[in-house]
Parts: sequence; structure tokens; C-alpha cells
Amino acid sequence: MSSTTNSPTHHTSTIGAIGAPSRRNTELALLVFAVVIPVFAYANVGLALNDSVPPGLLSYGLGLGLLAGVGHLVVRKFAPYADPLMLPLATLLNGLGLVVIWRLDQSKRLSNYAEAAPRQLLYSAMGVALLAVVLIFLKDHRVLQRYTYISMAGALFLLILPLVPGLGANIYGAKIWIKIPGLGTLQPGEFAKIVLAVFFAGYLMVKRDALALASRRFMGLYLPRGRDLGPILVVWVISILILVFETDLGTSLLFFGMFVIMLYVATERTSWIVFGLLMSAVGAVGVASFEPHIQTRVQAWLDPMREFELSRAGVQDGVVHSEQAMQALWAFGSGGTLGTGLGQGNSDLIGFAANSDFILATFGEELGLAGVMAILLLYGLIIERGVRTALAARDPFGKLLAIGLSGAFGLQVFVVAGGVMGLIPLTGMTLPFVAYGGSSVIANWALIGILLRISDTARRPAPAPAANPDAEMTQVVRPS
Amino acid sequence: MSELTLTVMRLGFLAVLWLFVIVAVQVIRSDLFGTRVTQRGSRREAGRQQQAARQAPPQQRQQATGGRRGRNAPTKLVVTEGTLTGTTVALQGQTITLGRAHDSTIVLDDDYASSRHARIYPDRDGQWIVEDLGSTNGTYLDRTRLTTPTPIALGAPIRIGKTVIELRK
Repeated sequence: MSSTTNSPTHHTSTIGAIGAPSRRNTELALLVFAVVIPVFAYANVGLALNDSVPPGLLSYGLGLGLLAGVGHLVVRKFAPYADPLMLPLATLLNGLGLVVIWRLDQSKRLSNYAEAAPRQLLYSAMGVALLAVVLIFLKDHRVLQRYTYISMAGALFLLILPLVPGLGANIYGAKIWIKIPGLGTLQPGEFAKIVLAVFFAGYLMVKRDALALASRRFMGLYLPRGRDLGPILVVWVISILILVFETDLGTSLLFFGMFVIMLYVATERTSWIVFGLLMSAVGAVGVASFEPHIQTRVQAWLDPMREFELSRAGVQDGVVHSEQAMQALWAFGSGGTLGTGLGQGNSDLIGFAANSDFILATFGEELGLAGVMAILLLYGLIIERGVRTALAARDPFGKLLAIGLSGAFGLQVFVVAGGVMGLIPLTGMTLPFVAYGGSSVIANWALIGILLRISDTARRPAPAPAANPDAEMTQVVRPS
Repeated sequence: MSELTLTVMRLGFLAVLWLFVIVAVQVIRSDLFGTRVTQRGSRREAGRQQQAARQAPPQQRQQATGGRRGRNAPTKLVVTEGTLTGTTVALQGQTITLGRAHDSTIVLDDDYASSRHARIYPDRDGQWIVEDLGSTNGTYLDRTRLTTPTPIALGAPIRIGKTVIELRK
């Protein structure tokens, strides 16, 4: 290409964004694919368990198809330039989760637990409804910026709710649920995740220059001034308090990790990551030294076999011993590379929470390493699209919000998958979209809704600029 | 249900799952659109390139047998002295006009240059030729004033007023 610079005053080439196609048809095609796969899985489970195509196949397929269709139409109408991949990926994960939850419902070993699949389908419908609400009523994500400090108050309120006497429910050691009479339980932390991301984004957008520039250089690291350490200390203290009072390592890690990620993105200072890692390590070790619930979790992580034997022996020493962690590891092991096939594993031996916190173990056993890799890649793709959205977003608030939400999503997947596979101590968190749990599914659909809104704004083609008369004049004109 | 059917379904399901992942990655790949660079006269050049492409096969064969011409062909024109020092123009078979006229390929901001001073063009063999277009103060190749269209050697300075240009690989 000729890069002529005929005169210093005239630019020779104009650089402009290529008009992005809306990609809605791509999304539709992928959605059809994303509905067909779980239907296939559903038929597969039925054939393996009962030698017949399950009677609910049609209604299940129609249900999932309806959800996907509604989601697609809402996106087509209200966010036409949004990312084409997020909705299909979320739909596929949700559909696969439904199938595995239904498969665990069929297990005779788990027959004393209530049937979960129909409820999960209901929750998914509520989730897609919330996605629609977000897309219809949130015309511009920058509106959220106005509610920065209200979001902070809201998030703190949501986080404290489970500790309110009479409202909070202590389920197997972790106090992260609240009981709503007549409706069941709710995990406010899942919603606090989104609200907190809004607060962090709004706060960091205003304060990031102070945090990035006012610092001294010491041993290759930028040390922030003492008073700028304030916010990170406050968030750290809050996450430690969550750890102490709600005894939930996952939630604590999620919030602190999300803050550190957003701080790093906002300031481009590696020192924040170093500080964050040090502080979370100190906090976690400190709390684990006196909190028996956390100690049990760490014990079960370091030596799951001992925990299994204690549980089998029925040792009563004040703490709950559980064989879940070991059973989950066995499930992964017996799955091997290609798995035992849907409906043919024994992951139901995990017992309680087999369809929520431990649902990945069922994937590991019945789909094998190949299947788990694919599932993790699907999560990775959602996160990639979130980060891509942040890169494309033009306003700093949208950038930070998209990074915060996708970072929180990624951390959650890491905490759950790492816990179930024995990489880190297990904590009670749900695998987004897949695991059984109303709060999680609904909150994550809302999260996808916000990401879709930001990506729609980011990818919407800018109005064409007026033609530059100079460019016309300086064109090479040769009669030939 | 027979063992075989279930095995086929199991492997089939994994294949379909991975197919989805691959399709999704393909969508990402097709989604990578960067920026568009619109260049002056690009349409004309594109047309020329297409023409060149159409004529290319025999030339390429020549070059393949000749070899040396292809390797030593200049690829760009560089302004080495004058107000436009550092400017380069890629040589792609197009004629380059020099002068003070604002529609020249290289617009010379030089009191000693004429409005249509000289042109540089490839002849049929791909040899680059410089031709003076009847300028007032003349075009010099090395130290000699041009009177006829003259082939340009690589690196030979062409002087127009205060501006010096040369062809480089």
C-alpha cells in the first residue's frame, strides 16, 4: 500500500472502525445448536437409565427452546448489536445443567431429596425473564453510574442479610442463605456480586487517577500512599468479616478477588495484585487458625480420604465430617478420559449437594475429561466475551463494569471447579448456570443481561462522520 | 439399550459438544474486525493491482527464470533531502508524478520546482524510468540534467530543486 505523505499538512489515510454487522442470525443459529445439544443429552440419559426416550423430552425441549427464543427476541429487539455468543453459551450451560439435575433426580440413592429439575426450569425461566427486564429497562448501562454509593449500601445490606437473626439460615455450616417464608431460601450473595461490581466500577472510575499516580516507587513496585490504601483495606476487612461470620470462603474470595481485578484494570499497577494476594493469604490463614468450619474444609482438602473414613465411622467430634470431597474425586477418577456415558455413572454417591456444589463431578464422571474440558471452555468463552466487551467499551465505567462482572464470573467458576477437583479447599458456591440453585441461575442471567447491554453499546456502529472535503481534493487524479 | 448404542451416543455427544465449542470459536474469529484504513487513490491502485495480477503469470515466469530482476526491483521511493525528507511511496506499478501541483503524487513544497515537474514510471519490462516534464529548473539524475526519459539505478539520487529522492529495495 502506498503510504504517501504528500505534504505534512494533509493526512493520507483515514482510519475508521469497520461497521460491525449485528450478528443476530449467527446468534440464532448457535442458539438452535445450544438447544439441540441438551435435548440430545436428555434423550441419552433416558435411554441409558430406562431404555426409552424420556416422556418429558418434548416438553423439556420446548421449554428450553422457548427460553432461548424469548431471550433471542428480546436481544434482537432491544440490544441488536450485542455479542452473538453470550446468549447461546449461557443457554447451553443452563440446558446441560438441567439435564444433569434431572439425571440426578432419577437416581434411587438420592430419592429422599426433593425433585429439583422442574424447579430449576422454573428458576431458569425467571432468570431469562430478569435478563429481558434488564435489557428492556436498562437502555444505557451508564445510568448505573448514578447509583454508585446506593449500590455500595445495597451490597452491604445484601451481604449482612444472612446474619440477621431469624432471617438467616445456617445450612451445613455456611450462613449465606436467607429464608423467605413460603418461598424457600435465597442466596443474597449472588445478587450482591452484581451490585458490588456496579459500586466498584463507579468508585474506581472516579478515583483511579489518585490510586494510579500518587505512589512512590520502591523495589520495582509502585507503593500507593497510605491514605489511598483505605478502600482496599475496607473491602479486605469486609471480606474477612464475611469469612468470619458467614464462614464462607468462596463468597469472601469472590468479592475481594473482584475488587483486586478491577483495581488492577483501573490503575494498571501490578503492585495492587501483589498486595491483594498477600492480604487475602494473610486473611485466609488468619481466619482459618480459629474458625472450626474453615479448618474442617482445609482438612478435607488436604486429606479427603481421612475425612471419608471419619464420616464412614460416624465419628462425632463436634464438626461435620463429610465424604463428599472424596466421592467427588472418585467420580472424576472413574470418569477417565471419555467418561462412563450420561446416566451411567455413580456420582450420586456424593449424596447431598450432588446437583449443586458438586455438579461438576457428575460431568466429570459421565462425560470424562473431554466433557469437563468442553464445559470449562464454554465458561472460558463467556469470560472471553466479557473481557472482549470491556476492551470494546468506550466509556471507562462500562469497561470496569464488564471486567468486574466477567472477573467475578470467572472467579466463581474457578472457586467451584477448583474446590470440587481438590485444587483449593472446597467452599459452598454454585457453578454458574449449571448447578441447582435459584439465586445463582437468576443472578447470572441478570449478569449476562448487563454484559449484553454493555456489548450492544460498545459494538453499535458510530454514526458515519461527515465526508472530509480535503480528502477529496488531495486525491490522485490522472486522466488515463 | 445395547452397549454399542450407548457407546456411540456417549462419543457422539462429546463430539457434538466439542463441535459447539469449535463453532463458537469460529464465530469469535469471524468477529475480529479491526480498523479500516482508507487510502487516497486506493480505488485506482486497486484497479491497477488487479490488472497487474491479471498480467502477472507470464511476468512471474520470466522472473522465475531471470531471477535477478525480481530480487533487485525497487519497492519504494524515498525522499532523502528537502522538506519531505523521510517520506516513502511504495512502488506498485503506478506512475508517480512530482511537482507543486496539488494533484501530484508527491507534492513538492519547493520554489525551484515546477507545478508538473517530473514523473517516474515503470516501462514494459518493469524498469523504472524518470522523465522530466519540461520543468524550468530541470531534473537531475546524479549530476546530469535529464533530457530524455532515463532508467533509474537503485540508490541513484534524483534531484528536483532542493528535494532529492531515490529508489530503494
